[in-house]
Amino acid sequence: MRRLRRTYGAGIGHLLAVLGCLALAAGAVAIVAGDPVWPVMLAWFLAAVLLHDLVLFPLYAAGDRLLTAATRRPRVPVVNHVRVPLLGAGLTFLLFLPGIVGQGEPALRAASGLDTGPVAGRWLLLVAAMAAVSALVYLVRVLAARRRSPDREQQVVHGEGEHRLAGEPEPGPPPR
Amino acid sequence: MRPDPEEYGFPAPLWRAVARLRPPLPRWRSPLRGPWLTSVLGLVLLAGLPVVIVTGLLSYVAYGPQLGGAIPGDVGVLHLPVFDWPTRPSWLYRLTQGLHVGLGLVLVPVVLAKLWSVIPKLFAWPPVRSFAHAAERLTLLLLVGSILFEIVTGVLNIQYDYVFGFSFYAAHYAGAWVFVGAFAAHVALKLPHALRGARSRSLRRELRTPLAATVPEPDDGSGLVAEHPAAPTMSRRGVLALVGGGMLLVAGLTAGQTLGDAVRGTAFLLPRGRTTAGADGGPNDFPVNKTFATSRIPAAAVGSGWRLELAGAGTRTLDRAALAALEQHTARLPIACVEGWSTVQTWSGVRLRDLAALAGVPEPASAVVRSLEDGAQAALTAGQVLDPDALLALRVNGADLAPDHGFPARIVVPALPGVHCTKWVRMIEFRSV
Repeated sequence: MRRLRRTYGAGIGHLLAVLGCLALAAGAVAIVAGDPVWPVMLAWFLAAVLLHDLVLFPLYAAGDRLLTAATRRPRVPVVNHVRVPLLGAGLTFLLFLPGIVGQGEPALRAASGLDTGPVAGRWLLLVAAMAAVSALVYLVRVLAARRRSPDREQQVVHGEGEHRLAGEPEPGPPPR
Repeated sequence: MRPDPEEYGFPAPLWRAVARLRPPLPRWRSPLRGPWLTSVLGLVLLAGLPVVIVTGLLSYVAYGPQLGGAIPGDVGVLHLPVFDWPTRPSWLYRLTQGLHVGLGLVLVPVVLAKLWSVIPKLFAWPPVRSFAHAAERLTLLLLVGSILFEIVTGVLNIQYDYVFGFSFYAAHYAGAWVFVGAFAAHVALKLPHALRGARSRSLRRELRTPLAATVPEPDDGSGLVAEHPAAPTMSRRGVLALVGGGMLLVAGLTAGQTLGDAVRGTAFLLPRGRTTAGADGGPNDFPVNKTFATSRIPAAAVGSGWRLELAGAGTRTLDRAALAALEQHTARLPIACVEGWSTVQTWSGVRLRDLAALAGVPEPASAVVRSLEDGAQAALTAGQVLDPDALLALRVNGADLAPDHGFPARIVVPALPGVHCTKWVRMIEFRSV
C-alpha cells in the first residue's frame, strides 16, 4: 500500500475511482465505436472543452475586465447594472442560438410546420427589457442616493446598493 | 488525497523538471473565487444532476429496448434494468422527460458558474505532480468534456438543429455514460473537500454580507483563492443571486413547453412555445413532431380508400366508418416528446384491447403498429395494448384528426413517448408470443 502511494501518488481509493471512470468511458465509447461518424463525435467532445476553456471563458473574462476598468467607481456603482443584463443576454443567446440565427430551420419545419422567424426579434426584445429594467433600478438607486446626506453617502450607498442587487436577482423575461 | 503543492510523486525529478518550464500564465484576480463558493455550486450540481441522469436513462427504458424500440440498440450492460414501461400515471413520461430537459437547462448557469469558479486550476503550475494527479486530470477532461457535450447536443436537439451531423440518440447516450463515470469519480474524490468547503463559512452570514464587507476567502492551498485579488465589485450573495437569477430566467423561458397549453407562450424562444403556424385555436391547434407533408404519404392513401389491417389469429380489414361504428372511448392524455415538450388533449377512438380481441388475440404479448409513412413503426408492450385508455384515436377534442395529427387514425397510449404514438396507422399486428 505504501509502495502504491509512493509510485502512483495517492491511495487505492483514488486509483479505483479513476479506473471506474475510465472503464465506464470505455464502455460508452464501445456503444458508438461502430458508428462511422465517431470521429465527429470525438471532435465535438474536445471542441466543447476547448471552446469553453480557451474561447468563451477568456472572452467573458476580458470583457469583464474592460467593463470594470471602464466604469470608475461612481457614487452608485454601475458595473453590475451592465454585467447582469449582459450575462442574461449572453446566456439566452447561447441557449437559444438555433432559433435566433435560424439554424436548422428545414428540420424544424419538417417536424413542426413552424419557422424560426419570430425568435430573433423576440430575443432582442428580451435583451432590451433586461437592459431597461437594470437601467431603471440604477436610476432609482441614484435618486435614492441623492436624497441622503452627502457626507454619509459613500458608505450608505455601498451597503444599500448591494442589498438591492441581491434582492433583485436578475431581470426576468419581459411582462407577458 | 492530494499531495502538498511542494511535494511530487514518483518520479519526482521528472515532475520537478516540468515545473521549471513555467510559461507565462494568467493572473487570477477575482476576490470571490474560493473553496466555499466552489463547494456551494458543486453541491447544487450534486443535488440536481443525478435527477437529470436518472430521468435520461429512464427515457431509454420508456422507448422499449426489449422490443427493439430504443436507440442506440446495442448498449451492452450500460442501461438501467429494463422493465415494461408503465402506462400509469399517464403523465409519467411527461414528468420524467420534462424534468430531464427542464432541469438540465436550468442547471446550465450553475455549470458555467462552477467552471468559472475552478478555472484557475486548469492553468495551475506545475500541470502534473504525480501519476495520480495526471490520472485525475484526465478524469476531469472527461467530466468537463462530457457535461459540455451533453449540454450542447441536448440544447441543439430540442431546437431541431442537427448541425452536429451524427445520431443525437447514440451520441447523447454514450456521452451520458462518460459523464456518469467521471461524475461518480469526481464526487468520490472531492465530496470531503466540498463538505469541508461548504462548512467553512455560514451561508446565512454570507446572505447578510453586503459588498462593503466582502473579503476574499482565506487561502487554503486549494489553488482557488487569488494571490493578489482585486477589490470586489460584487458580494458573494450577489454571485449566488446572479446564478439563481440565471436559473429562474432559464426556467421561465423553458418550462412553458412542458407545463401545457395555457402557459406555452412563455417559452417564446423555443419552437414549442408555439402550437402550429396557423395557431387558429381550433381543436387541432397543438404541436406536432412530424407534419403530414414531411411523411411523404400520398394524399390518396389517407382518402376514402384507406383501410386498417388487423393481424392476429387471422387478418381483418376495417374502413374508417367501420372503426367509427365500434365502441368509442374518450380519454384525456398527454403527448410527451423526448425534446421535453408536451401537450394534453382529449382523444376519442377505439380501445386497442378491443381491436386485439377483434384480431383474435385478446391477451397479446406485444403489438407492432405500422404507419403509412415509409419505415415508421413502433412496438407496444402487453400493458400498453391492454390499458383501458390506450386508443387508436380517430378524433381529438371532438373533431376529426387533422392530417398533421395522423388522420385517419393514430395511436395514443398513456405515458408512451410521443414518437411511439404512431400516426397514419396502416396496420396493427397483435402477437401472442
